Amino acid sequence: MRKVVTGNMAAAIGAKLCKPDVISAYPITPQTTIVEYIADFVADGSLKTQYVKVESEHSAMAACISASNLGVRTFTATSSHGLLLMHEMLGWASGARLPVVMVNVNRAIGPPWSVWVDHLDAIMQRDTGWIHIFAENNQEVLDSMIMMYKICEDHDVLLPGMIHEDAFYLSHTSEPVDIPDQSKVDEFLPKYKALVKMDLDNPLGFGSLVMPDNYMEFRYKIALAMDNVREKIIEVDADFKRLFGRSYGGMLDLYRCEDAEYVLLGAGTTASTVREVVDELREQGKKVGLARLRVFRPFPYEEIRKLARSVKAIGVFERAFAFGYMGPFMAEIGGALYNTDIRIPIKDYIIGLGGRDVRTKHIHAIFNDLEKIANSGKLDKELKWFGLNDGNRPEEEM
Amino acid sequence: MAKLTIPKEEIMSPGHMGCQGCGATMAMRYALKALGKKTMISVPACCWAIIPGAWPNTCMQIPMQYTAFEVTGASISGIRAALDSQGMQDVNVVGWAGDGGTVDIGIQALSGMIERGHNVIYICYDNEAYMNTGIQRSGSTPYGAWTTTTPVGTTEYWEEGQKKNLMEIVVAHRLPYAATASVAYPEDFIKKLNKCLEIPGPKFFQVYAPCPTGWKSSPELSMDLARKAVTTRAFPIYEVEHGKYKINRKPEKTPLSEYLMLQGRFKHLPEKEVEFLDAHYEKEWKALLKLEEMTQDESLGNFM
Amino acid sequence: MKTYQEITITPINNVDSRAVKTGAWRTWRPVLIPEKCIHCYKCWKVCPDVAISVESPEEKSLPVWDYDYCKGCGLCAFECPKDAIEMQREVDQ
Repeated sequence: MRKVVTGNMAAAIGAKLCKPDVISAYPITPQTTIVEYIADFVADGSLKTQYVKVESEHSAMAACISASNLGVRTFTATSSHGLLLMHEMLGWASGARLPVVMVNVNRAIGPPWSVWVDHLDAIMQRDTGWIHIFAENNQEVLDSMIMMYKICEDHDVLLPGMIHEDAFYLSHTSEPVDIPDQSKVDEFLPKYKALVKMDLDNPLGFGSLVMPDNYMEFRYKIALAMDNVREKIIEVDADFKRLFGRSYGGMLDLYRCEDAEYVLLGAGTTASTVREVVDELREQGKKVGLARLRVFRPFPYEEIRKLARSVKAIGVFERAFAFGYMGPFMAEIGGALYNTDIRIPIKDYIIGLGGRDVRTKHIHAIFNDLEKIANSGKLDKELKWFGLNDGNRPEEEM
Repeated sequence: MAKLTIPKEEIMSPGHMGCQGCGATMAMRYALKALGKKTMISVPACCWAIIPGAWPNTCMQIPMQYTAFEVTGASISGIRAALDSQGMQDVNVVGWAGDGGTVDIGIQALSGMIERGHNVIYICYDNEAYMNTGIQRSGSTPYGAWTTTTPVGTTEYWEEGQKKNLMEIVVAHRLPYAATASVAYPEDFIKKLNKCLEIPGPKFFQVYAPCPTGWKSSPELSMDLARKAVTTRAFPIYEVEHGKYKINRKPEKTPLSEYLMLQGRFKHLPEKEVEFLDAHYEKEWKALLKLEEMTQDESLGNFM
Repeated sequence: MKTYQEITITPINNVDSRAVKTGAWRTWRPVLIPEKCIHCYKCWKVCPDVAISVESPEEKSLPVWDYDYCKGCGLCAFECPKDAIEMQREVDQ
């Protein structure tokens, strides 16, 4: 069934389709409508779940973790400062190897207060042991939820996962979304079976003190599980395509990259704008492409290496800045390429922080800049705060 | 007459890491005797995160999860929700946290848990400071006490705030049952736990648990100190059932100094400070007697 | 020390703490003077270490100390109403 829904409605419908046994959440702009829609579903009886309305995001994650420890499926949603408040418990979920799934609406960190999109909230959770998927559109928000449970609950994985959707550009913008049939979702996503759980018949302790002689081994097992996620994502993406007819390109979503000479690489809704510009430039005969960073953790370093071997330059666009260095994606991509013989210029474009609009003309300007770098093989500078109002902004950045 | 006054079955095993004379360990042993094996327990950072033993050991014969410091209330809400989603109503869900994890860092999650009305039991074992981290003051540390963060120096002398009245905070949530208990009176503690198992909704206990290590007291005195805390009015034993107060022990008052001077943490207190503290406890006791009297009013009904 | 292949995915505590002989902590050993015992079992009741057992209270069996676990806190001796428990210094090995 096709419906025109917002990203938040897509997330709420996704939750309903995945039938979590326990949902625990706390409202924060711009995630609020997710918790409201879920409340409506519970109230009208269309979603049978224990809906625990907690007093903070920290408690929301704690309740999901404890419920998951009993072997049931759990869901929560948050945004920005809420995600930051959860931070401590995020590490708990992965350390305890619990497949909690969450939707995070990417929103800027204050001050200055801003409710608009920025990816720093997600980036700050990079090392928590969660799987991170950035959605590009509302359909992907919904589809990624179904896929995420399948990935997280796999016994070779057993890790938590979060799906990121851009504030307002997705959360509050309506798009046509294909809502899969419940029966098909049930077929794709069977009931969660825990490997081990809190059980009266087999009373065990979970999450205790471990001495230094074995702590590393437990952490290594998380690292191994995260490595398993790579092939699991590709496998689940293919399975999903077979059943639902949609695919998201696995780890790194490549668009017109086969013969591309220079590409833009980044995450979120800006990718849609880049896609449009790629089409326009292709019509002009320019060999450009888009590599959408769909999965941030585990990081698609192999896919990025492969791409980098075939292009002359990469421009990284990112809605976040890692203070004291550069854009977070840029640093990661640089790291992925260092121990190879690939030596192409990479330029980092910091764009659209705090929800500033990124339009096709801006992407054109970035591609123009990148074309010069690709042709000359020379990088003028590594990092550009694109569109920053410094009193002499060039016309194309306005 | 030879008989045991508390249940014989042991659900806590020996070989645990509790200090010699640990009141928190006594409290757990008694609580488990009342709760039985159909119980799941969540324990945040506190002494009890260490007492069961390092991986892979445990002294607990029931399912137990460790959790973060401030989330005991939320964690047992999660356990209860998961059990409810599976139709498993007949499992006792218990949160077991220290005083710091309850009155300070965990009070928000505790408040949310009570207000949601989940059928759970929250037990705070109160040893009046952060003992697991090495005797730092908490909101539950009484006036006059030495701790490592309220040292007896030349410009500051001891903890200057009064012990936070946790019960009044909890009772203000209008929950069906809240009680104080003490390891000095295990029969009373067990009786009240048994009673609360019959009451649906959130239940709360604050159980007094002497800590020889943190109180600088002799380990064999743990029970005696807990008893003296009751007889000196420093820690009265009472319950609040559907809003009605009932003081379970009204013993003859004994001198406060006899309680304080057995503990290194109070040894520095001059006599006038002991008198000041004694007057405070006396005032609190009188207020408690009034509350008991007031809430017997039948016209109030079961207002909580 | 275990290999990563041998361990569970997350720390799971499944070994009863009886494996840990905390009796090694003890410097004072409680010893019962049987003729003084009145079978009130207060010693059993107060023991934080679950180191005292009473087989059959109905038949007035004597409390038995498990010195593998008794940490020697002395609570049993202090609480005994008949001074029937003596704390004896452990002999240095």
